[in-house]
Amino acid sequence: MTYETLTIDIDADGIALVTIDLPGQSMNVWNEGLMADYPKFVDELINNDDIKGAVIASGKKSGFLAGADLRMLGSSKAETMKEAFEQSWGLNRELRRMETGGHSAKELIKGSKSAKPVACALHGLALGGGLELALACHYRICSDNPKIQLGLPEVQVGLLPGGGGTQRLPRLSGLQAAGMMIMMGQPTNPQAALAQGFINEIVPHDEVIDKAKAWVKANPKASAPWDKKGYKFPGGAGSMDPRAVPLYMGSSAMALKQSKGNYEAVKAILSCLYEGSMLPIDTALRVESKYFTKLLAGPQSKNMIRTLFVNKQAAEKGAARPKAIEKTELKTVGVIGGGLMGSGITHVTAKGMMDVIVLDRTMEDAQKAVDYSQKIVDKKVSRGKMTKEKADAFMARIKPTDNYDDLKDVDLIIEAVFERPDVKADVIKKTEAVIRDDVVFASNTSTLPITGLAKHSKRPDQFIGMHFFSPVERMPLLEIIPGEKTGDKALAVAIDYNAKIRKTPIVVKDVRGFYTNRVFPPYANEAMLMVTEGVKMALIENAAISMGMPIGPLAVVDETTLKLGYDIMQSTKEEMGDAYVPSGSEGLSELMVKKIDRQGRRFGAGFYDYDDKGNKKGLWQGIGEYFPIAEEQPSVEEVKERLMYIQLIATAQCYHEEVVSDPQSADLGAIFGWGFAPWTGGPMSHIDTIGVDNFVRTADSLAQKYGERFKPPMSFREKADKGESFYKAA
Amino acid sequence: MTEAYIYDAVRSPRGKGRSDGSLHEITALELSSQVLSSVNERNGLEGHEVEDVAFGCVSPVGEQGAVISRSAVLAAGYKETTSAIQVNRFCGSGLEAVNIAVAKVKSGETDLAIGGGIESMSRVPMGSDGAGGMADPKLAFQEYFVPQGIAADLIATKYGYSRDDVDAYAVESQKRAATAWQENRFEKSILPIKDVIGEVILDHDELMRPDADMQSLGALSPAFQMMGETMPGFNDVALLKHPDLEKINNVHTAGNSSGIVDGSAAVLLGNKESGEKYDLKPRARIVAMASIGSEPTIMLTGPEFAAKKALQRAGMVNSDIDIWELNEAFASVVLRFMEAMNVDHSVMNVNGGAIAMGHPLGATGAMILGTVLDEMERTNKQTALTTLCIGGGMGIATIIERV
Repeated sequence: MTYETLTIDIDADGIALVTIDLPGQSMNVWNEGLMADYPKFVDELINNDDIKGAVIASGKKSGFLAGADLRMLGSSKAETMKEAFEQSWGLNRELRRMETGGHSAKELIKGSKSAKPVACALHGLALGGGLELALACHYRICSDNPKIQLGLPEVQVGLLPGGGGTQRLPRLSGLQAAGMMIMMGQPTNPQAALAQGFINEIVPHDEVIDKAKAWVKANPKASAPWDKKGYKFPGGAGSMDPRAVPLYMGSSAMALKQSKGNYEAVKAILSCLYEGSMLPIDTALRVESKYFTKLLAGPQSKNMIRTLFVNKQAAEKGAARPKAIEKTELKTVGVIGGGLMGSGITHVTAKGMMDVIVLDRTMEDAQKAVDYSQKIVDKKVSRGKMTKEKADAFMARIKPTDNYDDLKDVDLIIEAVFERPDVKADVIKKTEAVIRDDVVFASNTSTLPITGLAKHSKRPDQFIGMHFFSPVERMPLLEIIPGEKTGDKALAVAIDYNAKIRKTPIVVKDVRGFYTNRVFPPYANEAMLMVTEGVKMALIENAAISMGMPIGPLAVVDETTLKLGYDIMQSTKEEMGDAYVPSGSEGLSELMVKKIDRQGRRFGAGFYDYDDKGNKKGLWQGIGEYFPIAEEQPSVEEVKERLMYIQLIATAQCYHEEVVSDPQSADLGAIFGWGFAPWTGGPMSHIDTIGVDNFVRTADSLAQKYGERFKPPMSFREKADKGESFYKAA
Repeated sequence: MTEAYIYDAVRSPRGKGRSDGSLHEITALELSSQVLSSVNERNGLEGHEVEDVAFGCVSPVGEQGAVISRSAVLAAGYKETTSAIQVNRFCGSGLEAVNIAVAKVKSGETDLAIGGGIESMSRVPMGSDGAGGMADPKLAFQEYFVPQGIAADLIATKYGYSRDDVDAYAVESQKRAATAWQENRFEKSILPIKDVIGEVILDHDELMRPDADMQSLGALSPAFQMMGETMPGFNDVALLKHPDLEKINNVHTAGNSSGIVDGSAAVLLGNKESGEKYDLKPRARIVAMASIGSEPTIMLTGPEFAAKKALQRAGMVNSDIDIWELNEAFASVVLRFMEAMNVDHSVMNVNGGAIAMGHPLGATGAMILGTVLDEMERTNKQTALTTLCIGGGMGIATIIERV
């Protein structure tokens, strides 16, 4: 038999060493090639009398097998659910055939038949379908490296482990441990896996295959625990088991609490655990494949795979990078400004293994950036997450200064000084006087147009905007903003820098607020408008949270402070004069900031009450005195719709105006910038899922009910008329 | 349609539903058959025919399984021709069993029937029948299922009942129950339960704490706070269904919730003819009955809607009812009902309820119907409405009138 993706070597004992080694790939995955080879291997295992048993291993240094090729999953040609099921069932069926040796469960349990033993030799990570292959083997031996990741992360892209993972893992580890691992999608390490019972043995790295062979040799007749007489589900299962019932109920409650019921995959996983744990394995596996089929056919997995996996990876690998420019080696970065943003930028730059020279007007101010990082690494050391040596090396990369001359050898400048054009102009001038001619100058700003700032530069083609989010070390997005004159080199360098700090970058147009700050304010304003209408604040906050936002909009306003919103409103008013269009929430804003001193969390009070430490005590109960609570409250669906559509419309407007040039940047920016509900795949994906025509219709009716701000842009109407979508149908 | 009359009502005392409870050594079969035997003896029906016996039972498994009412009928020495059915409408089971017996009489299917119930909670603990559909994630996600205690706390939060409010209600329930026992108000219905050697093992409701006051109740910790706030976090689940609330206030404790007890009850029902045939005096007429389904997360607000439906079917209004009986599953349930129906506490649960005396799930409905009948006779009232809140979001109500 010939294989493309694996080799088989039969030794003197008749033990076949199966080495999976996908040609031309750095990592093994379940792709078309392996999917085609695997059933052939199972045939050979069962039918070739020379083979007494097998050890499955990987030929890759990178690990065992990292799961399914998500692009392959997305390209199914099945036309009916039944056909789709047959495709999903294929792998499950073959894994089971390896496990049973092609015999029935009844024969195995009776002991009249057995399978040829198969052991799995795990040298490195096994995720998703990789771990599921291991679980379908009769024995799992893992190298003793605690960094090896073993997990079932499918839930993170809207799927469930459809290769028996939801059935074999709980049958080995119990419903509770397995449920947590599958629902959270977080990998574990070999030691924890051994304790949970799904790894049988941990041995030194270079003994893995020998030990696996030894086990196969010693166990010529194999069957899975559940194919043996007297098998008991660890920790209990079934609706009459007093240990299992609270688990079923509790896990639904916990999953609801965390997912708000938005994730189809979480529901399907729970159903697989519940229904599957009451069934014999063969039926249970078929039920799992049915739930998998349903998820794969639904919009959520398509949207999540597209945005959170495919497009995120593409963006991080530099999809927006001008190809012609050679990669720039960034060894040292000059950061100007030791404030909150400058400190954060300093930190992520040092974390990205670059040297940082951080400059501020005084040494004392520059030192603040050093202290900021010191505090973070100290915490990591005290928690055992970082060694003292690594922490020292980390801190050695950061040098504070108050002298511009120290910047002369840097490879990139990022300034993060006060957001005032004159201050920035001064910094640009002083910096450009010392840096090399070829060094790119990046300005971190959330409000000032880059083209305007670039006017102060001698080299506007090497001047670019970077919008970091606060706190920089935690927020995953970076908005990169080329100004009118920014050249390809600056963009390439910005993206090269981003690759080192491992953010998700999007390139956006140089307009006021760029992209994310164009969408978020209308959303916050909508929430404030509802407050003025007398909608209960709890309803507003809970509606946002239940549709998948990480925290309520009023809590975010408290966080960024009402004062900031008020100041921006005032300056916009001044700037625009008669052209200013009232947002409707000016009264509320003025009340909170000017009259009753509830200016936000930092000031001790806002929409919420806070204790001395700034922890939320609860929503402010006094709002009714100023904006009476309406007798008749809207339904949560209405509130959700307003909060969702105001974001969709603002995103659509940005797309219409080419602030973001492609739907994937809009989606990535939304999810990673302001926490837009990840289950949607982002606003543009969500508009596609709703249907552009439906979206336009609903937006129009909201515009009629609540105001012009809900009117969809013209290009979306045209798209709707043509019956098109933004992404090609998956 | 044929009228149905109540001819008698008998109940066991309620024993603590634990292994140290007085009725723990009495099998569920024995407990229910003593109650059934008593109905026969008290009414001189031995050798005659009660045609059908409907019994409520919420955990009909183990020794309460396999249609416990048929076993009890045989053990009680009824004629073998007496048929039996066991029904489950959670906490409304006992009243549902009565209503089924009534329906059989009214429809002309039977002349003489018994409705009642049994729950030996010390011997067959709550939840022994498995969790049913509530454990299925499909339903849990669709309906935001929470346990009853959380639902009761949700009612308290939504309608603004503080810990003091619910504790004060509980203190009053204990007081009323104590007074009722002191004045022997339950005398007519109570059947002392006997043990193997024929000695009385329990002749009173043993759970009562007549000395309970605001201080002692206030010292109890909230029973549902842990499962609500931390593991697994049912408060958040409730908020998903009731997003106008900021947080759930977990106010219910073991002291202001119904107690877990063993008990059984039976109500003898028949048409006019069978009363005349056996020389039985009709004590009350069944005026109307109703069952409803309601919002399942808040779950326990059903009595309001069941009562309204029964009143409407009877062509009556609130003021036509002299006394009200609502099972005290949790204090907030009664507080909410009184507020929603504009019922004064002075005519509600006048002899206390399940907070003081306990709630033997499958039997309670039949038990409190008997209690309210005794009270009507004692105080010479004409009409009463009996209702119970029910798991899964249901309600049941029965209106009776003295004849």
